Amino acid sequence: MRRVPAEAGTRTQSMLYYLLRRLLLSVPTLVGITFVTFLVSHLLPADLVLINLGDRATQNPALVEAFRHRWGLDQSFMVQYLVYLRNLVHGDLGISIATNRPVLTELWLSLPATAELATVAMIAAFIIGAGLGVLAATYRDTAVDFLARGISTIGVAVPTFWFAILLVSTVYFRLGWAPPPGRLGAGLTPVEPITGMQLVDSLLRGRTDLFADALSHIVLPATVLATVGIGFMTRITRASMLEVLTQDYVRTARAKGLAGRAVIIRHALRNALIPVITIGGTLYAQLMSGTVMTETIFSWPGLGRYAFSSAASLDFPAVLGVALIVGTVYVIINLLVDVLYVFINPRIRYR
Amino acid sequence: MSVELVPVATRLRSVSVGRLARSRRHRGLLVGMLLVGIWVLGALAAPVLTGDGPDEQRLEETFQPPSTRHAFGTDDLGRDVLTRVLYGGRSTLTLGLAVVALGGVLGIIVGTTAGYLGGWADEGIMRASELVMAFPAIILAMAIAVALGPGLTNAGLAMVLVWWPPYARLARGEVLSIKHLEYVEAAVVIGQTHLGILRRAILPNILPSVVVLATIDLGSAIVTGAGLSFLGLGATPPTPEWGAMVSAGRELLAQWWVATFPGLAIFLTVLGFNLVGDGIRDLLDPRRRGRV
Repeated sequence: MRRVPAEAGTRTQSMLYYLLRRLLLSVPTLVGITFVTFLVSHLLPADLVLINLGDRATQNPALVEAFRHRWGLDQSFMVQYLVYLRNLVHGDLGISIATNRPVLTELWLSLPATAELATVAMIAAFIIGAGLGVLAATYRDTAVDFLARGISTIGVAVPTFWFAILLVSTVYFRLGWAPPPGRLGAGLTPVEPITGMQLVDSLLRGRTDLFADALSHIVLPATVLATVGIGFMTRITRASMLEVLTQDYVRTARAKGLAGRAVIIRHALRNALIPVITIGGTLYAQLMSGTVMTETIFSWPGLGRYAFSSAASLDFPAVLGVALIVGTVYVIINLLVDVLYVFINPRIRYR
Repeated sequence: MSVELVPVATRLRSVSVGRLARSRRHRGLLVGMLLVGIWVLGALAAPVLTGDGPDEQRLEETFQPPSTRHAFGTDDLGRDVLTRVLYGGRSTLTLGLAVVALGGVLGIIVGTTAGYLGGWADEGIMRASELVMAFPAIILAMAIAVALGPGLTNAGLAMVLVWWPPYARLARGEVLSIKHLEYVEAAVVIGQTHLGILRRAILPNILPSVVVLATIDLGSAIVTGAGLSFLGLGATPPTPEWGAMVSAGRELLAQWWVATFPGLAIFLTVLGFNLVGDGIRDLLDPRRRGRV
């Protein structure tokens, strides 16, 4: 199973070539996403002027004209799009109509909040979900299996917005075991940002009190997101393990007299992980692209809430920015998943 | 897959409810059908099941906790929550069904056209569907729903626009796998029109797998539709709708019943549809039974 050292160099090289090519190939997709968003924003029968300036200002032709000129609405569709692309190449995502601040700045503020929440939820979902899945497959058709399948069925079906409200009203309001929605307790000033993630920054600056507070605030929203994740992870791990457990090499390992646990972990789980990683990657990408409901209910200033408020005010530069960053997150996470495959299964080669 | 399709279709027809009831393997399917049945019946028979109207306000009876008179309690306007949950199923279930039906039909049309024509048409259509799939669907649906204005119809339209790609890809795959089979070529040779071939030879073969996908898909369509209403982009007050009702009870932490019961209705319906979807897939593909 181990790699020969002499081979490792060329492997890394071909892997790098592969990743580079994948990155280049993703450029057309991202450009396509901007085009579709742009097209949709132009086809929509919405009056941007009315929404952003309000009724009264719309009566004033000079104001309307100035607004249309300011946001390039007096240009033709193709001209507007090409201008957008040109600015994009220079790293300029435009100015948010709603807040008058650069979209890029706002995205950089929202992304860490989402990344923090998504990562905590994903780690929990992966550990608990994969664990339940392995247990369910190992003890197939027993009470353990039944329980694990029950949890996963519920996790997949529960509407996040309802579950989030239930948690707030019971755990925070009734029991008082968790702080109210928000990222930090009232009266606490966050540390000078380094990564923008409260959990990381407070530790880097040595403020364990802030870390504890941030941790207590992330528990409920992370529970909501992890519950859905656990549902999917348990399902796919169980299915994949059942498939692998019937394979000849598992039977061989058992026949050799290896301990049950060694067979499950080293022989079966490692081979069963590929689909688990695939689904996990998709799930992580979904969480990283912002979860509108959870972030709204828990007043979490992440991408999902930003996307919702931008869409609600038809702030198209902002919506375009969100769409682009979500597309980029998908591309990067899919690449990471491909790299992970190689670590799990050394037989996989990329060219 | 295609080779299996004909026996699959017959297998579906030969399944009787009696056989299902006797089989312990299909418990999930039965429980699912029961859950779905309860809410569908409740929505249809709402006027018979409850004496109140969904918009009937009793301002002297606001925020009553659940009791024998109001099993699910009353809301801020003294309306009976149980009544509104029963009526609310009409909007929520109809929206979910309509999105899957329209998205499915659109997807079948697009997918079969792509698969049947092949060449650049296929390439173009498939690239377009990839784009829509790579796109954050909920954000697109939100923008469309905002622009069209809130309302169930507009929320449904917005969802259909992002809902069709999986169906198109499935239908295309099925068409590609059967279009070179003898009976399709025979239909071409005897001079049938394109439309005739699609309708008589191809469509019956792709329908079973589309139906399975649609059943599995219904749950997520219902959650997404209710979610749009929760965000204020779907049903408008006073229309009873489960997502909008959860949203109305969102801030009422002390009056937990206002948000809890409509949410429970969404949860149980989605659970039911998921169980039915899994059960039907197991019936059609016994190899996978109990695996997923």
